[in-house]
Amino acid sequence: MHHLFIVMVIGGAIIWALTIGVLAYAGRTRPKPMSVRGASRLIVWGGVAFPVIVLFLLLSYAVWLMPQVRPWLPGAMDGTAEIEVTGEQFWWRILYLDQAGKPAFETANELHLPVGRRTTFRLKAADVIHSFWIPALGGKMDMIPGRDNTLSLEPTKAGIYRGPCAEFCGTSHALMAFSVVVMEEADYLAWRAARTQAPVAPQKTSGQELFFRHGCAACHAIAGTPAIGRIGPDLTAVGERQTLAAGTLSNTPDSMIRFIRDPASIKPGVKMPAFGMLPDGDIEAISAWLGGLK
Amino acid sequence: MSATDLPTFTDEERAGQEERLRKVWTTPSGWRYWTSVNNTEIGLWYGAAAFIFMLFAGLLGLMVRVQLAVPDNSFISADLFNQAFTLHGTIMMFLFAVPIFEAIAVYLLPSMLGTRELPFPRLSAFGFWSFAIGGVFVCGSIFFNAAPNTGWFMYPPLATDKEYSGIGADIWLLGLSFIEVASIAAAVELIVGIMKCRAPGMRINMMPLFAWYLLIVAGMILFAFPPLIAGDILFEMERMFDWPFFDAARGGDPLLWQHLFWIFGHPEVYIIFLPAIAIMAMVVPTFSQRPIVGYSWIVLAAVGTGFLSFGLWVHHMFATGLPQMSLAFFSAASEAVAIPTGVQIFVFIATMLAGRVIFSVPMLFGAGGLAIFVIGGLTGVMVALVPFDWQAHDTYFIVAHLHYVLIGGMLFPVVAGIYYYYPLLDGKKLSDRFGKVAFWLMFVGFNVAFFPMHFSGLRGMPRRVFTYPAGIGWDWFNMISTIGAFVFAFGVGVVVIDVVRPKRKQPRCEQNPWNAGTLEFISEPEEKWGVRSVPIITSRYPAWDQPDLIANMKAGRYYLPDSPMGERETLVTTVLDARPVQCLRVGGTSIVTMVAAAALGGVFIALTFHWWWITIACAIVTLGAILTWLWTGTAIIPETQDYDVGLGLKLPVYASGPDSVGWWAMFITMVGDGTAYASLIFGYFFYWTIHEDFTGGHAGPGAFWPMAALVLFVLAWLLMLAARSLNKANRIRATQGVLVLSTVLTVAGCGAGLAGPYLYSMDPTLFVYPAIVWVVAIWTVVHGAVAVIMQLYCLARSLSGRMTARYDMDLVNVVLYWHFMVITAVTSFAVIGLFPLLR
Repeated sequence: MHHLFIVMVIGGAIIWALTIGVLAYAGRTRPKPMSVRGASRLIVWGGVAFPVIVLFLLLSYAVWLMPQVRPWLPGAMDGTAEIEVTGEQFWWRILYLDQAGKPAFETANELHLPVGRRTTFRLKAADVIHSFWIPALGGKMDMIPGRDNTLSLEPTKAGIYRGPCAEFCGTSHALMAFSVVVMEEADYLAWRAARTQAPVAPQKTSGQELFFRHGCAACHAIAGTPAIGRIGPDLTAVGERQTLAAGTLSNTPDSMIRFIRDPASIKPGVKMPAFGMLPDGDIEAISAWLGGLK
Repeated sequence: MSATDLPTFTDEERAGQEERLRKVWTTPSGWRYWTSVNNTEIGLWYGAAAFIFMLFAGLLGLMVRVQLAVPDNSFISADLFNQAFTLHGTIMMFLFAVPIFEAIAVYLLPSMLGTRELPFPRLSAFGFWSFAIGGVFVCGSIFFNAAPNTGWFMYPPLATDKEYSGIGADIWLLGLSFIEVASIAAAVELIVGIMKCRAPGMRINMMPLFAWYLLIVAGMILFAFPPLIAGDILFEMERMFDWPFFDAARGGDPLLWQHLFWIFGHPEVYIIFLPAIAIMAMVVPTFSQRPIVGYSWIVLAAVGTGFLSFGLWVHHMFATGLPQMSLAFFSAASEAVAIPTGVQIFVFIATMLAGRVIFSVPMLFGAGGLAIFVIGGLTGVMVALVPFDWQAHDTYFIVAHLHYVLIGGMLFPVVAGIYYYYPLLDGKKLSDRFGKVAFWLMFVGFNVAFFPMHFSGLRGMPRRVFTYPAGIGWDWFNMISTIGAFVFAFGVGVVVIDVVRPKRKQPRCEQNPWNAGTLEFISEPEEKWGVRSVPIITSRYPAWDQPDLIANMKAGRYYLPDSPMGERETLVTTVLDARPVQCLRVGGTSIVTMVAAAALGGVFIALTFHWWWITIACAIVTLGAILTWLWTGTAIIPETQDYDVGLGLKLPVYASGPDSVGWWAMFITMVGDGTAYASLIFGYFFYWTIHEDFTGGHAGPGAFWPMAALVLFVLAWLLMLAARSLNKANRIRATQGVLVLSTVLTVAGCGAGLAGPYLYSMDPTLFVYPAIVWVVAIWTVVHGAVAVIMQLYCLARSLSGRMTARYDMDLVNVVLYWHFMVITAVTSFAVIGLFPLLR
């Protein structure tokens, strides 16, 4: 893929320079015009023969590359996958699946992947068309209501990457991104195991109490608590995520407070209502509690 | 015919001829100026309107660039940004790029083809007014915060979500459907004009390349726009009445829209690009001072591009999860289109090499455009390769690619064309100095604006984002792009200033200022008759190869030097070898076209706001205006059978059947109509393929009523055939009786067609199957209703003595309509009645 790009850029630059060079030469005043036969020969060689050969070679190379970039894995045929990602306006619902393809645990807006191993995704859309894309890891795939798409990616380097939504999906399309944490296989398995185990109830604070009293649990779920709302993003371990509000804010207590107070001012078109009517202390307590969820 | 055979007129005779011609072709003054239908006025208005829309869309583009200049900017709101980029794309594609060529073609073609007028000047006027009204409606929406905001591609389900898109999506769908009507009207006009109205002797292989290109492009419009119209119908039915064509929960599929949109959308790119190449195909030979090298190569390449462009649409859908086999096929087709494009470029280079090039402003814009376009073409080759497209798709890399293609391949050649053809407007040249300044500002500004977008795209910046976070590597590229965009805009501003600056003091230039070889410069700004007499052409570059041709034309020594009957007349010739076969009288100044366009605009605008009564009222006025237009302006029985067109040639004034331009117009319109219909049927089978049971367990229309409708329509068609024969045999009473009977059967067929879905209580809001059956049935019945109007029209013409055995154009054209009607009816009712049985 990388080679293909290099070949194309260098080849393209040479072809451009040659074509424009000939054009510039043709535009000069020359002592004697070329014969019509010579000029016609240029059409045949430059306009027909050369492009046919170059394009044939290039196309063969690219078609040969296709199954390597996107292998036809068993998952692509029978729909088995490790992770199901659903695009929603304007965030990502992420469902990790177990060996049998049953839901293992849910999270949102942050993927954890093992390095050096191919992971298969099942891609869905809840409302409108979105597109799942991690530029650093490979090409994109649309998420289309009514269709399940499959994509597999193989990260080669551990690190943290950003994935934007690549299909225009409404007012805050620009503010719909997710983080990808690529980990060593062992770390990944540990992370996964921690999530899959029976969740530990988080420490009880006034923040937790306020979270339930103000109805946050109607939309948000947090493993280990009675919060099982499914309208908004799952907030289990939200404190350890790279970002808040689907790649929009850095994960700081201040951001959390701002978002709870007036989500639409940060993310126009978001479905979450504003909670600016709550006392500042309540919002701070809720934020502190959420920020502590790890 | 040698010059000695040509007639010679005395000065007095000539003055008389010119006075009569001038009187017939005059453009009214005062407010009535706007009722003119003359090709030079319509072309000018059309072009000016398209250019103004372009400037407006350019301002929207600058707004977008200002917002993106720095990260986390709050110059405009997310919602306004989304309206701005949607409208920017929509206006540039629908209100500028396509119409500007219809404008240039309407303006140039008659004189270029050595003829007086295109065959349907009033249709041109109707198209222009439709375009202007629809364009103002679509553009104006942003001032009411009601502009479409879902991207120019309008993907459902986002665009079908009324809460998100408000009436913006309806404005897009209905406003543009209206404009698409204008485009199809122009396509009909151009195809018939190019095929049937060339000067005698201008065989098809002698046509100026501009005419070849426009013929191809008009043909493409005819096949590309109807699928979009079909898509618009489905879309609007979903928005207005909740019919679930694109709603996955009720059996619909958002991908059907994408297919229909891009079956239109990709040919659209070439519909825009080919006419620009057509301008270069006129400019390059002139400034190389020699005929084009490889005339047949370039014509074949243009035809090839036109064909291939219909096989590429899936490259806009490489990331939708279609099977890789089909991706590989469409990738290959997308690469293949680079070959004919390359041929066209090398034909220009070859012509320059074989000539002596004069490098003036039009050539500067042409060459600069080519340098830009080639980059766009090369990135196009890149993104046509599937693995690369998965990465680049929907990023700023594509934004860069498409602007390189469209601005290099279209805008620069158009500016070249403006500098080249401006003298036709008022006999003055544009300024060389302004032109050079404009070129360098535009060329440098463009590259500064758009080249960095390749990098921001490769660095992962998606399209259509209203903002982006700082520090992820996009900041500087965006800032540079914004600066470049302003430099580019200044360049465009210089062109505008050069065009509008007063030139009263400037001396007049020669009539053929660049010494072009083709005939378009024969047209004088003051004389509205196009050509003084219709010449006999024996060369591809008559102004170079036929000495004295222009002088003889001006002396009125060829065909139609006079207008004794006070009619606007032009010659109709045969398609291939341009033998004169008819003297056509074309429509003159009239307000009826403006009324028809305004009323049709009222229909679409009222529909947007769901004002049903106003819709109906406007529809009635539209119908009335069109009927008046036809009744008073077409198929008029002439005063004589054989009319002296000059040079001893006598031609009929009235023709019917394939000899007449009206027959061709009907045929071409119905081909477009049939394409829209085929798209609906494609939709029907598309749903069939994506579902196990495409009825979803819902009842069908049964077999009886659809079969009854089928039989009734076939009988009505047979009776129409009989009516045509009876009329030809001069059995007028019998003709009228059969027409009445056929009308009754058509009405019965329409009733039976609706009875199936109605009696089986098919509820189109429940599932996509009943909805698509209803749409197919309604489409057919609406065509049946139009057929009834036509039948009654023929009856009225016959009863009033305006249609006779010899003068039967109305009936012949209606029977032609009926051939398409019966194919539609048989297909529709067989599909909805029988197909469920085969599932």
